[in-house]
Amino acid sequence: MTALAHRPVPHAAPPPRRRRMRGALLAGLGALLVLSVVARITDSPELLSSGTYGAAFRLAMPIALAGLGGMFAERVGVVNIGLEGMMILGTWAGAWAAWMHGPWWGVAAAVAGGALGGLLHAAATVTFGVDHVVSGVAINILAAGVARFLSVITYHPGSGGGATQSPRIASGTGSASLPLLAGGEIFGWRSPNLLGWIEARGVFYVSDLAALLRGPAETLTWLTAIAVVLVPVSWYVLWRTPLGLRMRGVGEHPVAAESLGVRVFGLKYLGVTVSGALAGLAGAVLVLEFAGIYREGQTGGRGFIALAAVIFGNWRPLGVASAAGLFGYADALQLRSESAVHGLLLFVALLLIGLGVWALARGRRTRALSLGGAGVLFFLWFATTGTVPRQFVFFTPHLVTLLVLTFAAQRLRPPAAAGRVYRRGQLE
Amino acid sequence: MSVTPAIELRGIVKRFPGVVANDDVNLTVLPGEVHAIVGENGAGKSTLMKILYGMQRPDEGEIKVNGAAVAFRSPKDAIAAGIGMVHQHFMLAGNLTVLENVILGAEPSRMGRLDLSEARWRIDLMGAQHHATLDADRLVDSLSVGEKQRVEILKVLYRGAKLLILDEPTGVLVPQEVEELFATLRELTAQGVTIVFISHKLHEVLAIADRVTVMRDGTTVTTVQAADVTAAQLAEYMVGSELPSPSTRTTQATEAVELAVEGLGVRGPGERWLVRDVSLQVRRGEIVGIAGVEGNGQAELVEALLGLRRPDTGTVSLGQRDITAWSTRRRREAGIGYVPEDRHARGLLLAAPVWENVMLGRQGAEPFARRGWLRLRAAKAFAAEVLRRFDVRAPDANVPAFALSGGNQQKLIMGREIMGEPQLLVAAHPTRGVDVGAQAAIWEEIRRARDAGLAVLLVSADLDEIIGLSDRLFVMFGGRLVAELDPDDVTPQVLGTHMTGGRQGAA
Amino acid sequence: MKARALIPGAVRVLAPVLAVAVALGVSALALLAIGESPVATFSAMLRYAARLDSVVSILNRAIPLFLSGLAVAVGFRTGLFNIGVEGQYRLAALVAAWAGALVVLPAGVHLVVVVAIGMAVGALWAGLAGLLKVWRGVHEVISTIMLNFVATGLAAYLLAEHFREQAVAGDLQIKTAELPASALMPTLNWALRALGLELRRGSHLQGFLLVCVLAGLGFWLLLSRTRFGFDLRASGLNPEAARASGVDQRRMVVATMLLSGAFAGLVGASQLVGFFHRYTIDFPQGLGFAGIAVALLGRNNPVGIALAALLFGFLDRSAQILDLEDVPKEITTIIQGVIILAVVIAGQIAWRVARRRQAVAVSEQVRRQEAAA
Repeated sequence: MTALAHRPVPHAAPPPRRRRMRGALLAGLGALLVLSVVARITDSPELLSSGTYGAAFRLAMPIALAGLGGMFAERVGVVNIGLEGMMILGTWAGAWAAWMHGPWWGVAAAVAGGALGGLLHAAATVTFGVDHVVSGVAINILAAGVARFLSVITYHPGSGGGATQSPRIASGTGSASLPLLAGGEIFGWRSPNLLGWIEARGVFYVSDLAALLRGPAETLTWLTAIAVVLVPVSWYVLWRTPLGLRMRGVGEHPVAAESLGVRVFGLKYLGVTVSGALAGLAGAVLVLEFAGIYREGQTGGRGFIALAAVIFGNWRPLGVASAAGLFGYADALQLRSESAVHGLLLFVALLLIGLGVWALARGRRTRALSLGGAGVLFFLWFATTGTVPRQFVFFTPHLVTLLVLTFAAQRLRPPAAAGRVYRRGQLE
Repeated sequence: MSVTPAIELRGIVKRFPGVVANDDVNLTVLPGEVHAIVGENGAGKSTLMKILYGMQRPDEGEIKVNGAAVAFRSPKDAIAAGIGMVHQHFMLAGNLTVLENVILGAEPSRMGRLDLSEARWRIDLMGAQHHATLDADRLVDSLSVGEKQRVEILKVLYRGAKLLILDEPTGVLVPQEVEELFATLRELTAQGVTIVFISHKLHEVLAIADRVTVMRDGTTVTTVQAADVTAAQLAEYMVGSELPSPSTRTTQATEAVELAVEGLGVRGPGERWLVRDVSLQVRRGEIVGIAGVEGNGQAELVEALLGLRRPDTGTVSLGQRDITAWSTRRRREAGIGYVPEDRHARGLLLAAPVWENVMLGRQGAEPFARRGWLRLRAAKAFAAEVLRRFDVRAPDANVPAFALSGGNQQKLIMGREIMGEPQLLVAAHPTRGVDVGAQAAIWEEIRRARDAGLAVLLVSADLDEIIGLSDRLFVMFGGRLVAELDPDDVTPQVLGTHMTGGRQGAA
Repeated sequence: MKARALIPGAVRVLAPVLAVAVALGVSALALLAIGESPVATFSAMLRYAARLDSVVSILNRAIPLFLSGLAVAVGFRTGLFNIGVEGQYRLAALVAAWAGALVVLPAGVHLVVVVAIGMAVGALWAGLAGLLKVWRGVHEVISTIMLNFVATGLAAYLLAEHFREQAVAGDLQIKTAELPASALMPTLNWALRALGLELRRGSHLQGFLLVCVLAGLGFWLLLSRTRFGFDLRASGLNPEAARASGVDQRRMVVATMLLSGAFAGLVGASQLVGFFHRYTIDFPQGLGFAGIAVALLGRNNPVGIALAALLFGFLDRSAQILDLEDVPKEITTIIQGVIILAVVIAGQIAWRVARRRQAVAVSEQVRRQEAAA
């Protein structure tokens, strides 16, 4: 009956979901506010334009999908370094099927191709007990070779493709804009573009919010719509169904799960195969939405950025998607306007200083000092340079991941048994 | 009038290679009672419980649950029969909530969706009924140890257990948590749940149990009503009326103190002290033994002495030097030998050849190395000598360590440590898993080294060993040294009482 | 990553041999599927490889693969994964190229300085990951992968903005200044000539081959003949036992990563002073990942790694002949990929089988010894 005062445990219990989501929403709105201010100060409208947001949304898509894949695998306790390879298989299979039969066949084939890679990884790690990282690296290498080989034997000269690319694919999965909000069509009638109208007004913050929403709302495609839906679906499966609970149990404490009758091996296989399937779907997006073609090297390291998104997103679907969105935003900015990237420096500086002040208010001096110090450094960088070298922008996602891991690891909660080789019957 | 026993075990026998863990065990547990099983390490309690819970199959004998004979092939069968086990080491996923841990594998669902409200309602209800309330949405990681135990109990109750087996449940609890646990157990029995309670802490056992069964050397010795017996009597049953008589010898101890420990304390998670205010001295030419049931802080004490764990209070000195802040390497180089309690985890490189294992612990010193360079020929010669002198059965020094039997592995470790001519030898359970012949040989070597001036700190749960070898004897319980005894005159009652937490002379 | 036990020689090569066999089988199937004859293909590859200029080419290709394999293997033996060799060697090559072109030193010295700079940079970049692991517990797999990307960006930036050679009219390539002759590695053509073999004009056997031999020797010496090497291997075999024997785990992690990075630096240096003489954005890629494959196939010991490097070099080289024979040369990448996957699976199986068998064999032997006594 008595509530004992125990010493605080190393991991603080995170607040319940609703409070966490509200906090995240407020943080996001706050960040947008700072961004609005910065954009005005540095005269970089691209920071807030719907075009940028739209591009960010699209660029984030493959990372988010692959990230969901990585999350599923780790949730059942298997580290999947091979996301890149599974994505490659997805791009190849997707392009080939789309070229031969049509875009939706491409999607299906991409998913199947990625799933095949996932199955291979599952067999190696779960059945044979191969180290997860080694297997992942091996699959990356193998997938690249397989893709090349298949290209050579399928795309003969004259077909428009060759060893390193496929012939051009006729069409994507159909694009449209959301009606009413973003000027989409309703039964042939072109509706007003409400968000666009608000954005054009140029009202501080409100227009920026409208732009944020307008970007993704325009030029939606069926494929991106599916991808967006997969985020809440993933959450639902993992946190609201018995299957998902068992999967998470397997990833947290496989011995306990087995003692309770959960089929550990089967669920690991499932999780890793789904992981590959999602990476394959990411490949489909690359091929059908971005390039309209399979090209060697198309994945461009996104499989690894996806891993970064998984960590940054704390192994939760919404977190992964948000992290992917952030990475996509940085990517979109550097493609559209280099001066805007420079403005981002000021944004980061203000953000860090703000976090430092908040830490100070909570009495955490050293943390406040390091955050504030970092903020000042960023400000100096902003003030003394005119642009950010584009090569630096290239590794922003990776550097951010490294920094998060270094400084905020205590707040992250990876699945406890991720990466450990599990042998059946460890119970006794 | 006779009541159908909840559990009846008749003539249970279980053999493992080299040892008979259970020999003709008979146990009757009545429904709705708290039945305690007591005994020292190696008495066979854990094996018996594993059999009852379906994790092991008995070689002979029969099990009856509620009068019907059963044969469990796995824990799932036992769960289905209404038996639930609360393990000594919790099986909980820290990142999941209480609710999720409890329902894992038996989730209530409606149309494919987890019925969380139903689960939450049931857990709250059970918690209220059994004095075990918990916030179902808290992460298990954020719970105290006592609360985690409650989750384990809820887990088995949720699956409809009518018989609970608790394996050393109070070992990790502070006194207030023990009280809360007992309140929960009383509520459970009031509702008809039967409880089997395994422990070596006799005063707790007497506080909660209705009947007590004592096990010793793999068999059941007696079953008594708790009200009719004292802790001292139980202790005597546990330890046996015969104690090994120490061989007559004159003490070789000198005045020179080799190891001095002062006020050593090691803190564990929560408020618990794993080692508390331990002070002792070991002189050259003497063997100091620490007796006690495992889990009372001996392992942590040894780790602190070796530099593998930093103590929260106290000092350690070797000879005249304060080594409290020294690294493990420095301590080993200064002449501390170490025979770890788990040879596979800490004593050997199983995949490496025997001669490399002989070097382990002194790999930078003569004869194995000089100025950073290994001297292979000298190392192999030394290894051959160790094999010979300690009678380690192996074809040669090149075979990998995993290929040796457990007893030979232990002899190897003992040999390399003793032949390394240390100043102080810290040996934890040095003859665990070793056959009788090898055991005698190891004891002889320890004695010989002691006679030559070695200071030895011996930790063991084997009474033959600890009484037979020690010149002075301490008993460790609950992290403290609760008694210093003379091995020549110690009696089973006194030893047993101290080992189980009683106070000398208590009735 | 478990190190391999003292398993009788036959079993030890079982995994790699099995893997190669499986890979050949899979690629044979692939060839049949496209209507090519496996026998003809493989024999064409072998015939091509037997030519002198092919042998030289294979040796040259094997040099960076071998060094990269050593870099990865050092980590594996300790239980660490250095996936970052890729970034480490490129950054090392860039800095060494730029610094080496700044001054002119006497012939032998200059070369040594350039190589040393490369090793130092590689060591530092890898050491960064080691520090992060020891100080903040960041797992080295993630940190080295992320640092790879940072290294790529950093190298591109430094090359374009600071280390770039003054552009000559009409030359669009971004590159560092060429290393003066005193910094270049002499070739080994004279040795071949002494053996009576004459090479085609323009091709040469790289002198870095000798460095490889030294590196392999050094690797072996370090690991099996020094106390540090003992501690390193013990940490990989059983970290707890290593700790109890006095090994300082934190220092071991950092030292290992530094060592691994130094080998990675050698990879970059080999290509720099042996062939390219400057750093451009076209500097060879993928050697770091190939090193992982080579280390896995070579089971983390120098001899195995050397053989694996030669095999991969052979596959790369013989790809050229396949082009002429109208066989998709990508079959060699398939072979490489399958080999890696097969070797890790086979390795697991072989290890378990061997362990069980050896335990039985030894107890048999002991029993016989006792019976005889």
